[in-house]
Amino acid sequence: MKFNLKVWRQPNTNTPGKMVDYKIDNVNPDMSFLEMIDVLNEDIIRKGEAPVAFDHDCREGICGMCSMYINGRAHGPLKGTTTCQLMMRNFTDGETIHVEPFRAKAFPVLKDLIVDRTAFDRIQAVGGFVSVNTGQVQDANNLPVEKEKADLAMDAASCIGCGACVAACKNASAMLFVGAKVSQYALLPQGQIERKIRVQKMVAQMDEEGFGACTNTGACSAECPKEISITNIARMNREYLSTSLLED
Amino acid sequence: MILDSKIPEGPLEKKWETYKSKVKLVNPANKRKLEVIVVGTGLAGGAAAASLAELGYKVKTFCYQDSARRAHSIAAQGGINAAKNYKNDGDSVYRLFYDTIKGGDFRAREANVYRLAEVSASIIDQCVAQGVPFARDYGGLLDNRSFGGAQVSRTFYARGQTGQQLLLGAYSAMMRQVGLGNIEQFGRHEMVEVVKIDGKARGIIARNMVTGELEKHFGHAVVLATGGYGNVFFLSTNAMGCNVTAAWKAHKSGAFFGNPCYTQIHPTCIPVSGDYQSKLTLMSESLRNDGRVWVPKKQEDCKKRPQDIAEDDRDYYLERKYPSFGNLAPRDIASRAAKEACDDGRGVGESGLAVYLDFADSIRRLGKSVVEARYGNLFDMYHHITGENPYEVPMRIYPAVHYTMGGLWVDYNLMTTVPGLYAAGECNFSDHGANRLGASALMQGLADGYFVLPYTIGNYLADEIFTKAIDTDHPEFEAAANRAKERIEKLLSINGNQTVDDFHKKLGKIMWDYCGMARTAEGLTKARVMVQELRAEFWKDVKVTGKNDELNPDLEKAMRVADFLELGELMIVDALNRNESCGGHFRTEYQDAGEAKRNDDLFSYVAAWEHKGENTDPVMHREDLKFENIKLQVRSYK
Repeated sequence: MKFNLKVWRQPNTNTPGKMVDYKIDNVNPDMSFLEMIDVLNEDIIRKGEAPVAFDHDCREGICGMCSMYINGRAHGPLKGTTTCQLMMRNFTDGETIHVEPFRAKAFPVLKDLIVDRTAFDRIQAVGGFVSVNTGQVQDANNLPVEKEKADLAMDAASCIGCGACVAACKNASAMLFVGAKVSQYALLPQGQIERKIRVQKMVAQMDEEGFGACTNTGACSAECPKEISITNIARMNREYLSTSLLED
Repeated sequence: MILDSKIPEGPLEKKWETYKSKVKLVNPANKRKLEVIVVGTGLAGGAAAASLAELGYKVKTFCYQDSARRAHSIAAQGGINAAKNYKNDGDSVYRLFYDTIKGGDFRAREANVYRLAEVSASIIDQCVAQGVPFARDYGGLLDNRSFGGAQVSRTFYARGQTGQQLLLGAYSAMMRQVGLGNIEQFGRHEMVEVVKIDGKARGIIARNMVTGELEKHFGHAVVLATGGYGNVFFLSTNAMGCNVTAAWKAHKSGAFFGNPCYTQIHPTCIPVSGDYQSKLTLMSESLRNDGRVWVPKKQEDCKKRPQDIAEDDRDYYLERKYPSFGNLAPRDIASRAAKEACDDGRGVGESGLAVYLDFADSIRRLGKSVVEARYGNLFDMYHHITGENPYEVPMRIYPAVHYTMGGLWVDYNLMTTVPGLYAAGECNFSDHGANRLGASALMQGLADGYFVLPYTIGNYLADEIFTKAIDTDHPEFEAAANRAKERIEKLLSINGNQTVDDFHKKLGKIMWDYCGMARTAEGLTKARVMVQELRAEFWKDVKVTGKNDELNPDLEKAMRVADFLELGELMIVDALNRNESCGGHFRTEYQDAGEAKRNDDLFSYVAAWEHKGENTDPVMHREDLKFENIKLQVRSYK
């Protein structure tokens, strides 16, 4: 297969970037999108130029490191898929593919397609945990959890923290990411003690980082490679409102 | 130098308890003054960092990923073993200990493995308390499944994403400590040197991967939890960034490397499809619970569609050869059996290097919805990658490099031969002998991090309370930083004709062909020269683009491959030294009708290699393994 690529190149955060054209013609339909970029990069390196910098690691859809905005969609055109598991057979031979970094004020570009997503870590650090030290615990089966709730918590917990929700949202909102974390703990008995303080702190930090507001468009959930449900945002809103409005 | 494993005295089941009650302690006021560096933030590093910070130490963590949450522990799918005996099926600490020793083909240290089995139950308690959403049954209690190499059901799981959930648990504990100011995190940083002062590990040099700056960081102790070195093979199930650099630099600074040749080839991976391929994808071993492995009995059937091959013409070779364990035979055995079938000309798929993993029987027996609930995400992953639907046609699988049992030699304290330098998780050699059982990597990583290091490191730091933080202008910090600087400048100045990946692929092919699933003295001898030549060529002809003072993925990779080119030779030297077959190390000369043939008289020891300088032969030190509680026997799964 052959493709015309338009790839965002930007040397660093403070230097403006631009789209650069590349042609690639030895693409196997069974390659992943990242393997296609690998082949492109080998060509670029052989010419003595710097390869396209992009984030990637596990290449099996779970680490959340890969990003890329492909043809105007976070992780490309396929539903429920990360860029590393997007195969070239999903594109049409000869087509022009636009490759950009995730764009959001809270995700500054570091280089080319690599963005800084440490804002997510800072949100996690203010409340995305159960305060329990190593060893301070009871036997695991002393704490039964309704299967239905455990499953819902697991659905929320499968978030890979890639930031596609932010990139897909016209407001660059992080509500799905934060909502998923808040939901996981709100659904489980382990999370009850810190339930109120958690949602308040995480939402405050989210705002501080410069993520936008949620206007219920649903693009986040539609583009999420793990198909995290928008219900998690509703649950977070409920948590947040109830902690703000109700007395103990 | 005589290796001292520092195993506590006393009966096996009392050793850890005795150790804990006699270990030296550090009082809380002193803990605040002691700094610990943790390199790598996967299960072992993350758990250690969180637990040490909770105790009151000042902790700095380093990882090459942007966030600690992305370490490759995240990709472990199947589960984590623990001797809870929740199933009432006869499990116990002793049985988990025994299975692990036997699974490792009697090449692991009894005391370490017993401790691992002992703390396994606490890991599950800890993770549940953190909010890890393990699978549960309708009564709300924890569910289990069975895994290779065991006849009890002791594997706890969170769908097919157990590693992810456990890692996010450790990450959440770590982030809590970040929020409390007890941990300082350094993402996008790669450790490039260990700093030793007066013989003790006192810090690291880390390259800031965004700016290229070589940063100096002091620590009273340094913990390496940097994972395995499977990427020496180029193609493996490891993440792209997994590398040996931190462990290798430690080795070159005096830490011995234990059993480097012990490599685990995982039986159930998606087969290689082309030379552009960058990595291999694992299909969890848990699939072997309900999937049946087979190849056609007749070579001429191999190109037929699997559904057109009659039941009688199928060879369910694992069930045939190992009736009592069947499809749940341990990984090394299942891998070798797949290789044999393919070598026999009965492999399937385009390349002939694949076998079937068939769910048709399970779908008939349980219904599609049950199979989907158990393995849905794995089936989806397979479908995404291959374009084939495993609910309708059997999966095609082939073995791939997955895990390295070898690693930095450590004593019972998890300390390397460099005082103050610790190694935890896959990075050390300690618990899995010559073969790791499924669902035991997560167990070991978390055991080391949550329950072992917090005790053992205190024992060392108790004597360091008068050591003030050393200024990083110290000449040893300067010298280490200069070594790294020179290496980087050299790499950038060569400007040769071959890319880093060209070299990495060549190295990988040598390692896979000669130091992979089957090894011979002749092949290994040849391979050693090939690796030496390739390394010399690398330093003359590699092309690394860009500059140091910028985000430069090409340079990062070059630095890692340079170290793989040295490690590869050590693996070969070790494989050549071990004139026996055991676990993941199969020397064709030593077999009994296809089964690995150990030589306990001559090789019941850990080979710990000392680095003697570049292009100088390493020196082997032996740690004899004493089996006081288990009788050595031929490992049989028949």
